[in-house]
Amino acid sequence: MNRFKAFIIKEFRHLLRDYRTVLIIFGIPLVQLLLFGHVITTEVRNAAIAVYDQSKDDVTIKMINKLASSGYFLIKAEVSSEAEIEKLFRKGIIREVVVFEKDFGKKMITEGSAVIQIITDASEPNSAGIIENYTRAIINDYLTEVSLSSQPFLIDVEHRMYFNEELRSANMFVPGTIVMILMLISALMTSISIAREKEMGTMEILLISPLKPVQIITGKIVPYLALSFLIAMVIIGAGFFVFHVPVRGSILLLILLCFEFILLALSLGIMISTLVKTQQAAMLISMVGLMLPTILLSGFIFPIENMPKILQYLSLMMPPRWFLSALKGIMLKGVGFAYIWKEMLILLFMLVFFIVLSVRKFQVRLS
Amino acid sequence: MRTIFIIVRKEFTQILRDKFMRTAIIMVPIVQMMVLVYAATFEMKNSKIWFVDHDRSQESMALIEKFNGSRFFEIKGYSISVREAEKSLLTGTSDIVCVIPENFGKNITLKNRTAVQLLLNSINGSMAELTLAYSRGIIHSFSAEILLKEIPVLSTGRGIDIRTRHWYNPELDYKIFMAPGILVILVTAIGWLLTGMNLIKEKERGTIEQLNVTPIRRYQFIAGKMLPFLFIGLFDLAFGLIIARILFRLPIEGSPLTLFTFAALYLVAALGIGLFVSTFSHTQQQMLFVSFFLLIIFILMSGLFTSADNMPEWGQKINIINPMSYFIRVIRMILLKGSGFKDIAGEFLSMSVFALCTNALAIWSYRKRT
Repeated sequence: MNRFKAFIIKEFRHLLRDYRTVLIIFGIPLVQLLLFGHVITTEVRNAAIAVYDQSKDDVTIKMINKLASSGYFLIKAEVSSEAEIEKLFRKGIIREVVVFEKDFGKKMITEGSAVIQIITDASEPNSAGIIENYTRAIINDYLTEVSLSSQPFLIDVEHRMYFNEELRSANMFVPGTIVMILMLISALMTSISIAREKEMGTMEILLISPLKPVQIITGKIVPYLALSFLIAMVIIGAGFFVFHVPVRGSILLLILLCFEFILLALSLGIMISTLVKTQQAAMLISMVGLMLPTILLSGFIFPIENMPKILQYLSLMMPPRWFLSALKGIMLKGVGFAYIWKEMLILLFMLVFFIVLSVRKFQVRLS
Repeated sequence: MRTIFIIVRKEFTQILRDKFMRTAIIMVPIVQMMVLVYAATFEMKNSKIWFVDHDRSQESMALIEKFNGSRFFEIKGYSISVREAEKSLLTGTSDIVCVIPENFGKNITLKNRTAVQLLLNSINGSMAELTLAYSRGIIHSFSAEILLKEIPVLSTGRGIDIRTRHWYNPELDYKIFMAPGILVILVTAIGWLLTGMNLIKEKERGTIEQLNVTPIRRYQFIAGKMLPFLFIGLFDLAFGLIIARILFRLPIEGSPLTLFTFAALYLVAALGIGLFVSTFSHTQQQMLFVSFFLLIIFILMSGLFTSADNMPEWGQKINIINPMSYFIRVIRMILLKGSGFKDIAGEFLSMSVFALCTNALAIWSYRKRT
């Protein structure tokens, strides 16, 4: 037992000596939380647009003023031909052009209808769609104001936002960041550090020591387990105190869930390290096999239901997906065990599967 | 010059002999294009909707049918009680619940105003807003149709006919937007990480000492380490471009020459950072974590997911020193809009400055003495 304790202390020292890596592990979630909310936003403010006013009458001038004063748009240019539009788009100066046809105001009165053309730079499709919708809304507003005949809609829409009333992005990204960082420490770092011992030949020395293989593996994972757990709690704490991300459900259940996932990630890391000989290979497998799916297929940033069916099925096999779903359930929806037993059971199955697999793969003798 | 050439040849031999490297160079573009572009989408479709129809009239059925016909929604269930619908939000069966009140149909026939209630799972705030906007659109057009049918006089009133044209991507295909961005991630990750890894490996194994005792100058060393990966990066860009062309019919409107010139300049800048990071790291793990940290910031700020123009001012200021944001902007401009050299002369200038600075840093921080 004394030997084992000494071994664990050695592993802790080993891990903490590389203070640069440890610092970065704490830095990544912080930067992510600070940036995410601001960088992935579909909110449009002061979008640069141009107008192509072929009529220049009272009506068009009023409408252009309305567009300019809405706060959504910044009228950067007035163009006088289609060729000019192309030029501005190519330089990337503007994102939309509003074209009024000739004799706009006159046609509106005499013919009952006049044409406005909205031309967007749709090389960014979501922004183009949103800018178009804003423009339409402003034009319709104008129409309602001037024409007495148009009625408001017959059916009103009331809405209520659940689980994240103020639509704060932190609520979405705190759970996701926890998943990512746990994967990073528990799976990636563990697999690299064991692969490093193999590559350097120091694993051989450990294996001929009186320590049993089980003790070696346990000793290897204990520091990472502690670090993972600490950092998960730090992120939840920072989320709660700094970003006001709630923990609505049971804290005990939350801890249990985190613990389950950390063990699963560690067993994944050990499994990878039994498969490879070099750090580089461990890194590649962890990156492609674990980090990429964690970022892409877990619902962390991109909603799973928008993906093609084949990727949706693929995501069913990804542990982070189930963990994230349960984590969001406890933290934001405030549900209890009754709602997330399925996720926890699936994670448990995966855990047992990978532990059995890596125990069978673990070799006492290196070739 | 000859010295650099010899180092480059040595590096190429070493890289191509390594099975891991060969696999990475070929497989990474394929995987990225096939998985990333499809997975990294904010395109709205298949929003999971649940209906609570208190009315069960012809009108309410017609409204539900409208949602059913839209490609943005997928009906996941119906219930009589709101409680059950809320439960579906809790379990994640649905993300939006539409509650149609009693007397909905009757009110419509009598031209009384009525209201539909939408309950949304807003954990993903921007998705919830998008879903709300689309469902509002459907309900409003449903409402407008009834008004037009019932009060024909409205349709002849003073009106404006709004027509939209989406240039460069008329179908608003998100993949065409995403693929060029993913190509940037691809060349950056491949170039930066492989270069850095390569240098660190020499350090870890101690073979760097053997190079240090040769008369190779510091700049020659950095250039020799960089050039092979510059070519590999450009090769992967071309490879990825071909895959994207086949898979998503990605348009190539502008001149490939301009694109590859800019890409080369960008790679010199990015690889410079990679080399700089690895000159002060001791282990592969350290190099990986520092790079990972920087890459996350660069990628998140680059405007890969949503336009960088939407970012707050401080974000746009930080982006001045983010090389990736320039390349993502430029590659989309060249490929989708056909912008020429003149349109992006400013970006060319900034990227040249970057390339000079990062490489000066890398050469400065590389020491022959340990």
